[in-house]
Amino acid sequence: MRGTAKTIICAFALGAVAFVSASVRPALSADTLTVKAAVIRVDVEKPLPISRLDLPPDDLGFVGGKLATADNQTTGRFTGQEFETVDLAVGPDQAVAEVQRLVGEGVYYIVMAAEAETLLAVADAVGDSAVVVNAQAMDDRLRNDSCRSNILHVAPSRAMLTDALAQFLMWKKWREWALIHGSHPEDLLLADAYRRAAKKFGAKIVEERVFEDTGGARRTDSGHVLVQKQMPVFTQRMDDYDVLVAADEADVFAAYLPYQTWDPRPVAGSAGLRPTTFHPAHEAWGATQFQRRFEKESNRYARPLDYQVWLALRVLGEVVTRTNSYDPGTMKDYLLGPNFELAAFKGVKVTFRPWNGQLRQPVLLVGDKVLVSVSPQKEYLHKVSRLDTLGFDEPESTCVR
Amino acid sequence: MIRSTCAAMIAFGALAYAHTAGAYTVYVTNEKGNTISVLDSETWEVTKTIPGGQRPRGITVSHDGKELYVCASDDDTVRVFDTATLKQTHTLPSGPDPELFILHPSGNPLYIANEDDNIVTVVDVEKHTMIAEVPVGVEPEGMGISPDGKVVVNTSETTNMAHFINTDTYEIFQNVLVDQRPRFAQFTADGAKLYVSAEIGGTVSVIDPAAGTITKKISFQVPGMAPEALQPVGVRVTGDGKKVFVALGPANRVAVIDGDTDEVVEYLLVGQRVWQMAFTPDEKFLITTNGNSNDVSIIDVESVKVIKSVQVGEQPWGVAVSPN
Repeated sequence: MRGTAKTIICAFALGAVAFVSASVRPALSADTLTVKAAVIRVDVEKPLPISRLDLPPDDLGFVGGKLATADNQTTGRFTGQEFETVDLAVGPDQAVAEVQRLVGEGVYYIVMAAEAETLLAVADAVGDSAVVVNAQAMDDRLRNDSCRSNILHVAPSRAMLTDALAQFLMWKKWREWALIHGSHPEDLLLADAYRRAAKKFGAKIVEERVFEDTGGARRTDSGHVLVQKQMPVFTQRMDDYDVLVAADEADVFAAYLPYQTWDPRPVAGSAGLRPTTFHPAHEAWGATQFQRRFEKESNRYARPLDYQVWLALRVLGEVVTRTNSYDPGTMKDYLLGPNFELAAFKGVKVTFRPWNGQLRQPVLLVGDKVLVSVSPQKEYLHKVSRLDTLGFDEPESTCVR
Repeated sequence: MIRSTCAAMIAFGALAYAHTAGAYTVYVTNEKGNTISVLDSETWEVTKTIPGGQRPRGITVSHDGKELYVCASDDDTVRVFDTATLKQTHTLPSGPDPELFILHPSGNPLYIANEDDNIVTVVDVEKHTMIAEVPVGVEPEGMGISPDGKVVVNTSETTNMAHFINTDTYEIFQNVLVDQRPRFAQFTADGAKLYVSAEIGGTVSVIDPAAGTITKKISFQVPGMAPEALQPVGVRVTGDGKKVFVALGPANRVAVIDGDTDEVVEYLLVGQRVWQMAFTPDEKFLITTNGNSNDVSIIDVESVKVIKSVQVGEQPWGVAVSPN
């Protein structure tokens, strides 16, 4: 319907006699600052997702980057700055060499969509010659013991996501949790983050169970028949609980839990009510405009990684616009300083925590079709920023930069 | 000669009557309710509620008071209503997702911000045609016009700029970088100052339009309130430039600023998520839309007191008052 309305308006515009397309005053070319950034997506072999809705698109992350570059370029027209972004999908073994090559070619802002080890290898290889931005890895250790002074984290940490969910569950007075976690290393880390969140906000984990990944095909025809038998039994005889929290980053079982638990209880975490940075149904605070621009560009819905890459490059646009500099040191100082702030369709400004380079940001809590809530919940106060109620706050941080 | 004097006297009498009675018509768009609430400024009662199209937001009245223009954002059009009958007469080609607009001081054309397409659309309200499209920054929103009608200012929410557009050539001749997510642009009546609110930045920039420079940044502080909740949106200035009112969104307050010093004098508690505002033509009252409490607050401008709140439709967004 929207498409039809637009078509009619366009036809009308072309038909108007006095139609004028005004141009923007061009920037003086002599002053133009060229800003060449890169998005490096490090792809690793992974089993298929259990839902075909989650199959990764080929352009995952890159479209977000493209959109941010276009947004930056629109501003650049007025400020005499030219933004270019190189997209690269590489394997973990090639990442360091490719990034070093790019830095040699004048790319000083590297957005990494990679796992923790590769991210650290890249950051250590480039040192102070570039700003490395983590758009994917959620590991809490990257914000603590394994932190690096040249990494900024646009991706939230696991602790930020689990704290965001915990605040909402406490607001609902669902204080007694059953925790089911997977057997993969990332599931164990996520389970740790939920235990920490429960302690931090006063929830009680009444029972924990492990869902072992025994391998096999992720999807089979009529697989639901077995699931309907297995999941109730798996969740039987649990100590009395209010909500089932699933920690399944490896995507093995959580999606099978809603409606299949032995006791009639809501599911949250990796299925049901999920903490995330972005969702195609998010429309508040101007996000509709982002969604429409994104969908026009890609013919698909935006994924969290797309949003995180967009955010990483909008951070670049903002620092270059405000400082008129593409020097890694100048940019890092400004980004970690008191003057940097950015609007990111989350209702409040996002800023960096100077103690570990983590971007402070609200976290969306989403269901399948709509936004359910946004944390921090307003009842949780903080002397500096309510956003610092999510994740590792300054006194808890073990990061030495 | 005699006849024209009589006519003038009658006209004067009518004007004086309208002025003392203060019975203006107030129109409020209800973004979620898809309606327009019509209020009487004497009784402050809702006299009528009419359909406003899909997601009505920006609203303004023609200078002769005969036409009401409404941005029906999700219909991608500007709906025009006859104020006498409150029936829709036609639509204007607005471009996609119109949100806010402003009329030229002569009453024509209308300058519309198209949030989705990074353009400002200029529409002839008499011929119902599009005159021009001006490319601006990402997510254009606020629209202001200089009192002499020579400069229209658009703010772009993601580019964070106030773009100054020449109304003869439709060219941008000046850009001023402001804080995050600029929402609204308001000139003083003498054209010497331009106020631009930045919702996420939490500031109002005072701009010297001639020089294109920010002369002052106004920030806000309310004891016991998180700084991030102080989000300036709508801005209105009295004709004499002495009082500036700034709606602070989720802070549920309107800041009152001394127009001489540009310092905040006080904060008025209104409804929840206060968004846009409009004066009655005699500037006795300022009406604020409060999106999350589904009401409007009436502020007495002289005493700077909130005198009343009136329930309207679901999620009131914009407000306009008839000139007569």
